[in-house]
Amino acid sequence: MNLLHFLMQNREQVLELTLEHLWLVGISTLLAVLVGIPLGILSAHWPVWNKPVLGTANIIQTIPSLALFGFLLPVPWLGDRADRLAILALTLYALLPVIRNTYTGIRGVDPAVVEAGRGMGLTPNQLLFQVELPLALSVILSGVRVAVVVSVGLATIAAAIGAGGLGEFIFRGLAMVNNQLILAGAIPAAFLALSADFGLGWLEKRLRPR
Amino acid sequence: MEPSLASSPVIEFRDVAYALPNGQPLLSGMNLQVRRGETLVLLGRSGSGKTTTLKLVNRLLSSSGGEVRVNGAPTAETDVIRLRRSIGYVIQDVGLFPHFTVERNIGLVPRIEGWSPERIQGRVQELLHMVGLEAHLASRYPHQLSGGQRQRVGVARALAADPAILLMDEPFGALDPLTRDQLQREFFSLQQRLNKTVVFVTHDLREALRLGSRIALMESGRLVTVLSPQDFLRSTDPLAAAYVQAFGGGLDSPANRGAS
Repeated sequence: MNLLHFLMQNREQVLELTLEHLWLVGISTLLAVLVGIPLGILSAHWPVWNKPVLGTANIIQTIPSLALFGFLLPVPWLGDRADRLAILALTLYALLPVIRNTYTGIRGVDPAVVEAGRGMGLTPNQLLFQVELPLALSVILSGVRVAVVVSVGLATIAAAIGAGGLGEFIFRGLAMVNNQLILAGAIPAAFLALSADFGLGWLEKRLRPR
Repeated sequence: MEPSLASSPVIEFRDVAYALPNGQPLLSGMNLQVRRGETLVLLGRSGSGKTTTLKLVNRLLSSSGGEVRVNGAPTAETDVIRLRRSIGYVIQDVGLFPHFTVERNIGLVPRIEGWSPERIQGRVQELLHMVGLEAHLASRYPHQLSGGQRQRVGVARALAADPAILLMDEPFGALDPLTRDQLQREFFSLQQRLNKTVVFVTHDLREALRLGSRIALMESGRLVTVLSPQDFLRSTDPLAAAYVQAFGGGLDSPANRGAS
């Protein structure tokens, strides 16, 4: 097979771009989790924050990705390095599923359980970390899973601004009208997305409360 | 300590009112005293303010007027976490933590209070026995238990740190009649031994007569009257009489309930 031959011949570059891709997705997902979970908790506990937080995350989601990369390009510190910019953009896109699922997960905890916990004298922190978050974990994780799968796809576009990743092959292939090159980027990316989906899905099932 | 402490009420409502944030009043002019070691039943229909009254005791709700006192101290000035940990709380939906085993559910308050693991384990075994559950159930999860077993665990959990006060909000309301009957009987004999100060919410007159030392009848956010079970059956108060009539004949007279 031609494609397989190509991948084998350029395995070093394939590996490098795959790692770059993973880096972009990994860091942005981590940031989205670090920002999104607290925001989700905030909007679940204080309904006033619900609309502004989810609304903003929703609006970000509607900005076309190429346009967002373009918007961010002139920003001083960010525009200096393409990967910074790509990571920020991917983080912004990953926020919505993380925030929304954190919110849904916490709101979905049986009210009787929360009432019993409060009545027993758990502090708000104890209630959050020992009851609400553990019970919401599988829902939150399914949000992270969506974020990762979407990010893997979106990160291919980051190559348009020179941030690297498997999109390099795709854009080069588009420019050279070389389907093989396009597939050399697209197939590993699809494989990454599928394995992330499968892996996180498995974890989610294991963590689901009975 | 004052010499009168033994006879002073454990829980006291002084002209307490509660209104929702939107101003709708749920409770007003509430004056009530709960004595040490008694089981005071709050009886009334849905929306009469029974649960509101109960939640004002452990400050799951804060009064919008008047004063609630527990052990002589206004609850508004007590540390709310300490207050709640000194009061056992049992609700109809039980609210067991689904991700914890029975043992961890029962041992939660002792654990966050810093008891040693050995002491917690001993206490859990003691409580399981006390509420009539077999020791091997300690490692089960709530979803592996029957409704009756779950509520027994709920009672055990409320008793874990040995609180002097127990608040119970229709604890047996969701159980089938046979299980309910059995748990009522067991609770009654448990209470004879433990002598907790209990506030018990129900809309079931039969249950109220069976378990209560006194019955506080509530209607539309007001306390109508407080009567002993014997007096309740003879009461000429129209609402009390209506209750007795609604439940028809064969009401458990308090005189022979000890035999059951």
